[in-house]
Amino acid sequence: MEHDGTALRSGSGAALGFARALSEDITAFVLGENLEAMAGEAAKLAPVLVADHPALAAPVADRWAHVIAEVARAQNAELIVATSTTWAKDIVGRAAGLLGGAMASDVIGHEMVDGELHLRRPMFAGAVNATIVLEGSPKIITVRPSAYDAPTAATTPFTIEAVATDAFDVEKLPNATQFESLDRKTGARPDVTEARIVVSGGRAFKNSEDFEQHVGGLADALGAATGSSRALVDAGITPNSLQVGQTGKIVAPELYLALGISGAVQHLAGMKNSRVIAAINQDPDAPIFEFADYGLVGDVYEEVPRLIAELNSSQ
Amino acid sequence: MKILVPCKRVPDPDQKLRLNAETVGIDPAALTYILNPFDAIAVEEALRIRETAHPDAEVIAVSIAPAEGEADLRTALAMGADRALLIEHNGPTDPWNVARLLAAVIEHEQPTLVLMGKQAVDDDANQTGQFLAAQLGWPQATFASQIEFIDDGLRVHRETDLGIEVIRTTLPAIVTADLRLNEPRYASLPSILRAKKKSIEQTTPAELGVQLEPRVRLIGMELINSQRHCEKVETASNLLAKLRETEVVE
Ligand SMILES: Cc1cc2nc3c(=O)[nH]c(=O)nc-3n(C[C@H](O)[C@H](O)[C@H](O)COP(=O)(O)OP(=O)(O)OC[C@H]3O[C@@H](n4cnc5c(N)ncnc54)[C@H](O)[C@@H]3O)c2cc1C
Repeated sequence: MEHDGTALRSGSGAALGFARALSEDITAFVLGENLEAMAGEAAKLAPVLVADHPALAAPVADRWAHVIAEVARAQNAELIVATSTTWAKDIVGRAAGLLGGAMASDVIGHEMVDGELHLRRPMFAGAVNATIVLEGSPKIITVRPSAYDAPTAATTPFTIEAVATDAFDVEKLPNATQFESLDRKTGARPDVTEARIVVSGGRAFKNSEDFEQHVGGLADALGAATGSSRALVDAGITPNSLQVGQTGKIVAPELYLALGISGAVQHLAGMKNSRVIAAINQDPDAPIFEFADYGLVGDVYEEVPRLIAELNSSQ
Repeated sequence: MKILVPCKRVPDPDQKLRLNAETVGIDPAALTYILNPFDAIAVEEALRIRETAHPDAEVIAVSIAPAEGEADLRTALAMGADRALLIEHNGPTDPWNVARLLAAVIEHEQPTLVLMGKQAVDDDANQTGQFLAAQLGWPQATFASQIEFIDDGLRVHRETDLGIEVIRTTLPAIVTADLRLNEPRYASLPSILRAKKKSIEQTTPAELGVQLEPRVRLIGMELINSQRHCEKVETASNLLAKLRETEVVE
């Protein structure tokens, strides 16, 4: 279960939801240092195993993957599941490399067919869904948080247990990587992966002030998160934590508003599973409209201020 | 110092894909291929290291592909790679086996640094670098947006969901490239012509002593088309009214 040092990452419960759909015998594993709060949260969802140790203070891949692999072996785990994030790709991916490499990333669906676990996952920036079977055990799977719900929280919490003292040998932990710093992006707005509504801007916006005024302004009027296409990140107009797409963040909010975004496949890969998609673009043939439920052909510099004004006047 | 850069041949993402008759793969007819964009970034970074911090560096591009994969290695050579190695293999590969083949090459070449793309834009797995690092017991720095040589190791800026993380690793190490690491150069015409004449070293999984052990069995594929029908509205006000109807906006 991923956490940020103070709380579980929202979405981390999706991995438990997937695991619960396949088995009654599941354990939430939390590793790091000072894990009381996170273990408590996880215990609402499943029995918890914790590896709490100063040597695990920062999430460096070689150490954490080593511990995950050792604990998975000790538990005879057949399935290791994590919610798909950069943390899981880095650390759980490496653990999979220690455990035989039967891994599927970004799973969005599954089915048992004749006792075989069929997994559905996007490929080619989401242009294709592939169905695959993993050969070998254990199987290591990351799931998209939008595809699976966390199990419902129990009224009486499950047990919390520490890993056996010999589960891993602190002396033998890899020591080739040192954590230096994490420049946490801070902002008043919710994270793009966690918001109910995402307002996203593309190349139509000429500079950060315009982006903030229009995309930021509309997001605030809606209580939404802001996102952006890669074009703006490349231009230095938005920070890369806002990038939505194949190589950025994958989002599936209730509403995704695409403002001056053309709808390149790489962008669509990150947002096309949103429940409702609306787009404003001055080009009536922009591909984004094919993936939208509602479209307004117009200039974002004119239409967005109108939306903001109308929202603010109705409050 | 040797820098090894794995290079994957992938279908150009800017084309319409069709499935093969069995719907368990992409129809190869008329498909055009490119060097995976993230691998091009890795090649570029290796060249920049040779041009700045380590003029003695030797940049070796490696691809696992059918014979046609030479084309993508020539792209790397035209950009400026010193050597290219093709591990000729027809048929599917998965990250586990790609990592095993690369590990066999690494055992032989003993590079100080392996620079590779964070993911290939065909299977989007984002696993190979991590698997390779695990198999070799080397440190890894994934999703790199900046690489700096310090003392005996590296300082790497990593793009994570929580923000930019900075780590230090010892060498040898595996580094996987994110988009903002650099913008790859275009090869000049003379260097493309020169690259055509360079010889490409050849080997096979069998010669490397690697017997493939499939980990991923593909059993079906489905093209995803938009299920949405776009209702065009005339004004911002109408748009808001529609969004209120769907109850996503109050
Ligand atoms: C390997 C790789 C990975 C990538 N990963 C991602 C990714 O994760 N996410 C991502 O977003 N992209 C990604 N891309 C880039 C992607 O291919 C596109 O280049 C990018 O999404 C384009 O951004 P855009 O839509 O903002 O810009 P453009 O394509 O330039 O579109 C701008 C749009 O704005 C409209 N417009 C302009 N002015 C106005 C105005 N005043 N009012 C209304 N409309 C206006 C135009 O009609 C146009 O449709 C990737 C590319 C590669 C090669």
